[in-house]
Amino acid sequence: MDVNFIVQHIPQYVDAAFLTLRLATIGIFLSLLLGLFCSLLIYFKIPVGRQICSLYIELSRNTPLLVQLFFLYFGLPKIGVFISSEACAIIGLTFLGGSYMAEAFRSGLNAVETSQIESGLSIGLTRLQLIRYVILPQALATSIPPLCANFIFLIKETSVFSAVALADLMYVAKDLIGLYYKTDEALLMLVIAYLIILLPISLLASFVERQVRYAGFGN
Amino acid sequence: MQDLGIRVLFEGNNLLRLFNGLLLVVELSAIAVFCSIILGICMGALMTLKNPLVKFLTRFYLEFIRIMPQLVLLFVVYFGLTRLFGIDLSGFTSAVIVFVLWGTAEMGDLVRSALISIPQHQYDSGAAIGLTKPQIFRYIIVPQTLRRLIPLAMNLTTRMIKTTSLIVLIGVVEMMKTGQQIIEANRYTAPSAALWIYGTIFILYFILCYPVSLAAQALEERWKN
Amino acid sequence: MATDNLLTIEHLEKYYTTEQSVLDDISLTVKKGEVIVIIGPSGCGKSTFLRCLNGLEPIQAGNIYLKDQLISTKSTNWSKVRQQIGMVFQSYDLFPNMTVLENILLGPLKVQNKKQADITPTALKLLDRVGLLHKKDAYPRQLSGGQKQRVAIVRALIMEPEIMLFDEVTAALDPEMVREVLDVVLELADGGMTMLIVTHEMQFARSIADRVIFIDQGRIIEENSPDIFFAQPSTERAQRFLNMFNYDKKNKETRSF
Repeated sequence: MDVNFIVQHIPQYVDAAFLTLRLATIGIFLSLLLGLFCSLLIYFKIPVGRQICSLYIELSRNTPLLVQLFFLYFGLPKIGVFISSEACAIIGLTFLGGSYMAEAFRSGLNAVETSQIESGLSIGLTRLQLIRYVILPQALATSIPPLCANFIFLIKETSVFSAVALADLMYVAKDLIGLYYKTDEALLMLVIAYLIILLPISLLASFVERQVRYAGFGN
Repeated sequence: MQDLGIRVLFEGNNLLRLFNGLLLVVELSAIAVFCSIILGICMGALMTLKNPLVKFLTRFYLEFIRIMPQLVLLFVVYFGLTRLFGIDLSGFTSAVIVFVLWGTAEMGDLVRSALISIPQHQYDSGAAIGLTKPQIFRYIIVPQTLRRLIPLAMNLTTRMIKTTSLIVLIGVVEMMKTGQQIIEANRYTAPSAALWIYGTIFILYFILCYPVSLAAQALEERWKN
Repeated sequence: MATDNLLTIEHLEKYYTTEQSVLDDISLTVKKGEVIVIIGPSGCGKSTFLRCLNGLEPIQAGNIYLKDQLISTKSTNWSKVRQQIGMVFQSYDLFPNMTVLENILLGPLKVQNKKQADITPTALKLLDRVGLLHKKDAYPRQLSGGQKQRVAIVRALIMEPEIMLFDEVTAALDPEMVREVLDVVLELADGGMTMLIVTHEMQFARSIADRVIFIDQGRIIEENSPDIFFAQPSTERAQRFLNMFNYDKKNKETRSF
């Protein structure tokens, strides 16, 4: 194991890690918004919107991210739509993530009892006020565990970004293997890099889940 | 321009080649799921043992496989194991190894949680009417466990099918690679082919996964009791 | 239409299909300050009737007038109407993510746009009236059923409604907590609040009602003052219903196993 080699190339891995995290954060944030929007449309049975969202969710959950990325990055330019690598990555991640977030919100929304909603309506709350003060706070408690699981899932999905010419962790590893034949070192650093990113997040997610369950409104 | 692109789909044996790629995807998924179910059941039973060493090892295995992106595992097996054991693993074989390891871990966890979620009184009621332990398992425990497991296993299957798309990145000629070859071959004659080819592959994956999802949902509904 | 009728219901009908009628030609007028108790067997539609009055259930025919305003139209602004019709449910659903005080203030602050400084003294006074001032910062999960129900009543009261609807508010409570809630309702009646109460508590009904309405299978079978109704109902169906609450041996129907 060539330790010098490892030390020499740590900066490359660090840069790649930051790239991954940056894109993942934007993608996750946008997915949350998209997912919340879709789940509300479906929950309130808004005509047309609800069908479109349902269709979107099925399409997104049954196709791989890589294919979506290829379509965006290699396919769209052929009809004159040019999107940068980073934009493709974010759009792809959001498209995929949105449906998973929507499912997480859906289970939370459905867990709010009808009697709660009726109590809110009876004191004159409008639909928007109902969402904000009664439905969302209670829905979130149920949704947080699957939402956290989705965060981890989406960060893992970012590993395909090298396919659209982004210098992420996989790209760096493959590059080093190809250029210097230092397979063991490159792979070791790759595994460690992902462990460093994902282990803390995973532990944090478990912690949050436990907190929510205990604080849980305990009815 | 548009119809030049879509024409590529129907030219020569392009569609056939894409379907061969599809078949490869199905083949990989089927092998992986089949092996995972069998090994997973063993793993699941193993995970319910109280021996601390066994618990630790199985737990470590599960968490590691879960936390690592599948592509990283593919790289490690394809590039790393090849060197480690001096054997030349093909992309496909590496993929099978990784998918079976992944599937076994997930199925093992599913089996374990399904087993421990069956309340003690189910065992007790069976014993109370005179059933022996094997009989209790066969008539009471296993049917209930299966009802919880099968929708989840189907869910794992769709995830595996989607993940097979990654093997193009370790050089396996499946749908995406075939698509790339077709696009390359028609670079001058049908510049917009990429849109249609990747669009088609998108739809093909959907056609593979969606029925399984639907079936899983339907079963879950039916067995919700 | 100059009347002192607070609530006028004309020929209200509710059905799911033409065979599945839930409420059949219900007409009722409620004067200001009246307490009307609605009783009847399970599934007769009495809860559904209340829910129709504040828009939680749609009706297929008939009119509902609040004072002189027709509120049973498709374009009714229910948020406004519900401020004038308060409702308390059997399931005393307080919002679990808010304290008692926050639960109570939600309506005045967000729906009626009152200022916190203005409305808080009223809220605290009402809480004190039901004996729960010391619980103002507690969360619902820390309260008993009876306490939660009393808070639910305050939550509805603070909106200053013209009329209050009570839907079997003690049905889900343990017996020892029923009294503390009914005492609150009695006090409200003494204070002149107009109320429609659905209940199974016959003695309570007898003492609080100005009028008793007996509903069976979606129809008003009998309407009378409580003294007449409970002592000598004019219809046989009402008599049979009341017998269910009477354990006198002479009313026991003989059965054999």
